[in-house]
Parts: sequence; C-alpha cells; structure tokens
Amino acid sequence: MSAPAVVGLIVFVGVPFGYAVVLSFYNVRLGSPLEPSFFGLEQYRRLFTDPDLSGPFLRALLNNLTFAVFVVPVQTALALALAILLNRKLKAIGLFRSLFFMPVVFPMALVAVIWRLILARSDQGMLNSALDAVSFGNWGAFDWLGDSATAMASIVVLSIWQGVGFQMVILLAGLQQIPGELYEAAELDRASRWQQFRHVTLPGIHSTLVFVAMLTSVLSFRVFDQVYVLVRGGGLDEDATRTVMYQAVTTAFDQNNIGQASAITVVFFLIVVVLTLIQRRVVRPGNED
Amino acid sequence: MGTTPTPLRRFMDYAVLSVLASVFVLPVIYLFLGSLKPSDEILNGLSGFLPTDLSFDNYSAVLSSLNSDSTGYFWRFMGISLLLAFVVVTGGLFVNSMAAYGLSRLKWRGREAVFTLILLLMLVPFESVAVPLFYMFNDQRNTLYILALPFIANAFSVYQFHTFFRSIPPSIEEAARIDGAGPWRTFFAIIVPMSKPAFASVAILTFLIQWGSFLWPVLMVSDPSVRPLPLEMSVFQGQQPPDWGQILAFGVLLVLPVLIVFAFFQRWFVQGVASSAVKG
Repeated sequence: MSAPAVVGLIVFVGVPFGYAVVLSFYNVRLGSPLEPSFFGLEQYRRLFTDPDLSGPFLRALLNNLTFAVFVVPVQTALALALAILLNRKLKAIGLFRSLFFMPVVFPMALVAVIWRLILARSDQGMLNSALDAVSFGNWGAFDWLGDSATAMASIVVLSIWQGVGFQMVILLAGLQQIPGELYEAAELDRASRWQQFRHVTLPGIHSTLVFVAMLTSVLSFRVFDQVYVLVRGGGLDEDATRTVMYQAVTTAFDQNNIGQASAITVVFFLIVVVLTLIQRRVVRPGNED
Repeated sequence: MGTTPTPLRRFMDYAVLSVLASVFVLPVIYLFLGSLKPSDEILNGLSGFLPTDLSFDNYSAVLSSLNSDSTGYFWRFMGISLLLAFVVVTGGLFVNSMAAYGLSRLKWRGREAVFTLILLLMLVPFESVAVPLFYMFNDQRNTLYILALPFIANAFSVYQFHTFFRSIPPSIEEAARIDGAGPWRTFFAIIVPMSKPAFASVAILTFLIQWGSFLWPVLMVSDPSVRPLPLEMSVFQGQQPPDWGQILAFGVLLVLPVLIVFAFFQRWFVQGVASSAVKG
C-alpha cells in the first residue's frame, strides 16, 4: 500500500539527489559532443576559487544571506505582531485574518509583476508618486528595482508581503493554545500588558516561534521565482539579487553546464539541511509526540 | 484575552488593523482596478486607484492576443495548469494517504526503515534536485507527464496524513477487521471517510503550491503548447513595451481560480497551514 509513494519518492527525490552528488564530480555539459569526464573536486574548487565563477557564486551566497538576515527577523516579528492583534474577540476579525492571509495564495510570478508596477522607476510609479505627494514634491523618481542599493530591499519587501500571512496563521494557532486562565492570573497579579506578553505569551509560544523562524530561514534560502521573473523582464539589478538557486538554474540552463550546476545544488542542499537539522534539534524538546 | 476591552481600545484595535490591512490589500485592489483600466492610466501615479474608464477590454485583448499558434492559446495555458493541478492533487491524495496508512497502521517488515527514509526525504527541498532531474529527463522536455509526475508522491503529505491517522483510535478499525474487511476495504470504507479534514488540508496546500509552480516549468518547458500559466505570465509580462492593462488582466485570470478556491475553503486553508506546523 505504501509502495507507489515510496517508489515515486525514490525515483524523483532520492535518485536525483544522489545523482547531483555524482554529477558534481564530472565535467558534464548538455548538448556537448564530448563525453563527460571525471573531474574530482574541480567543480567545487572552481566555485570557491576560480575568479570568473566564484565571483557570481559567492555574490549569490552573500545575497542569500542578506535576504535571510532581513526576511527572517522582520517577517517573524511582523507575523507575531499581526497574530497578537488578531487574537482577540472583535467583530470582523475573520475578515482581517483573510485579508492578511490573502497574498499567500498569490503565485510569486504574479506578486513580482504587481510589485514591478508599484516600484516602477518612472515618477508615475506608485511608490514614487506616493513619496512625491507626502514630501510635497521633494522626492524625485527613483529606480527601486534597478538600483543595486535598493534591489535586494525590494525583493525583501515583496517577499514579506506575500509570505507573512503564512507565518501569522501558524503563530495564531500557537497563541490560541495558551490557556486563558494564565492571562486571568496575570491580570490578578496586576501584570501590565508588556509583562503579560513577556511572561505569558512569549513562553507559551516559544517553540512555535522558533519553528516559524527556522521555517522562514529554510524557505528564504529557496528564494527563486521573484528574482527570476524580475531579472528576466522587470529591470531588476541581476548582480545585487542573484541567489544560489538562480545561479544553479542559469548555470544549468543558459550555460548548459550541468556539472557546475550540480555542485551548486549540493552546496545549496548542505546549507538547507544544516538549517533543517538545527530546526529539528531546537523544536523537538517539548513537542514530542 | 481575559478582560473586556474598553471602547477606546476597541477603536484603536480597529484603527491599527485597518491601516495594516490596507498595506496588504492596496496592491490587490490596484491589480483588479488596473486590469479594468486603459493601459496608459495604470502607471499614472496615485490616480491609478481612481475607478474611471472601467471596462473588460484588457481581458478580451489578452484572450485575442493569445489566440494563435505563434503566441499560444490562453485557454490552453489555463487548461494545462488546471490539468496539472488536478492530477497532482488527486494523485497525491491517493498515493500519499495510502502510504501513510501503510506506515501508521499495517505491520510489515522494514516499516520503520521506510518511515525513516521518508522523514529523510522530507529534508530534501525540490530546488536541490531540480538540476539532476532536468538532466535525467532532458529528453522528456515539453511533455505533460514530466511536469506532473515528480510532484505526486510527496514526503511532507505522507507525514501530514501519518500524523492524522495516528490520532484515530485503533478500536474503530477492529470492528471492521472482525467483520472480515481487509486493509484496503478498511482504509477506503472507514479511514478515508473519517479523515476528511486531513484530506482537505493536504489537497488545498498541494493545490496552492502546484498552482504557483514555476521553477520546474522554467527548466522543462520551451514549447508554448504545454506551458503552464505562471510561466506564460512571466513571458507575457516581459513583452516590450509592456502593455500594463493586459498584463494585469492576465494576472487576475491567473489568481482567480485560487481566490475562488480560497473563498470557498478558507477554513481548510488556514487549518491546513496551522496544523502542518503546530503538529510538525
């Protein structure tokens, strides 16, 4: 009964994963008349030391890190704030929950397009004209996506906009598992709202919060769709925003260099697996089933 | 929270929520309004929000411009996305729930080892196998089945079903077993009907992810006749000069199916997300 899924997982996940490791030791090019030759650790050496290749690759790694360093804390904190705001008895609270969650159902390919308009570089772009209006004309047009200083920030903002509802819902579920009596007891002890937050809310959702932060960091390493869409058609600064996955895809697909792309894939996998293992280690205690 | 809020607090809550909500909703309103406006009025500062000159012209323009062999057919892109979503969701429900049942309820040699394997495979993100898969199936590019097959068996779905099935008391199945029902019969006649919430959550999460699926089609599809919608969206928005009205109309057509599903099954969406995390 378990066979079909297990076979599927082995064929489409297990085997290709092993194959990535094998391919990364070879010099394989798609559509090349030359037979693949054994390359040893050459692909990895090049990734980290060959100036032509390591430049873009290390830049991609750095961009991934920058993305994660901003997205993980900001998105988690915002999701927590929203979850706390929504965790009370108000009329229309269901409507608000839906509104914050709505962007989650938007495909990234579309989110990228909407934000391409908002961040458009002309003075008629939504953000530019809003800034112009509030600054009484002192703000000129700015190329948010194309300027290397703000390109990554733009990707961070649109990614948080799309993803924060997901984390919010998880945290909301965590908040609702905190027994109400704890708050009543805190109230009797005349605890302020801040003290209630520090001593009841935070400990109550500690493991959920850690889980959400780790999940966000794993997901943030997988960032690809929005970068690809905007680089290919939206005037996004490529160097400032290329990520490890973007680098793997362009290496495999545009340069037909499968061996090199596989090495990038393996490095990517190692990063994700380390993050996931940390997550399991941190979340397990207290959440044993 | 414990106390009844004062009217002032209540007002403040609504005010803060409304300001925050507008940040989330304005881009969506902009999308819908823009899709109904002439292209030159969209990238036109804040007046892009004024509901003037509304018409469905952009929609008919998208449908007629994507209506030939050289540009591809809009309804074909839509049909392909719907077909892929249908196959991946229904196929996935069958295969993954059966796997989870076998792993949580039936006793067989090697069960523990297989379950450990699935937990390990859950660690492998699709991105990290995309390149070797692309190389392995390079001669199958531009076929429909290769777009769907890799996503049917899903370790995370197996895990979600597994968690749910383990919460069902074994005594419920024992009655069926005494009546002589085999594992298949027990599964389809008893377990499946009482696991509707799990099936709904997994189905909706799978649908959501599959509908937006982008990386795999980027690698595997060059022929417009098998191109799913999100990929066509990225091609369409890259046209020069961009026709914003048509691009936004295309965007609405891309998101409408998920919004409809979302509106009807909202509870399961949210529950699916929440349960996957809190139990995981």
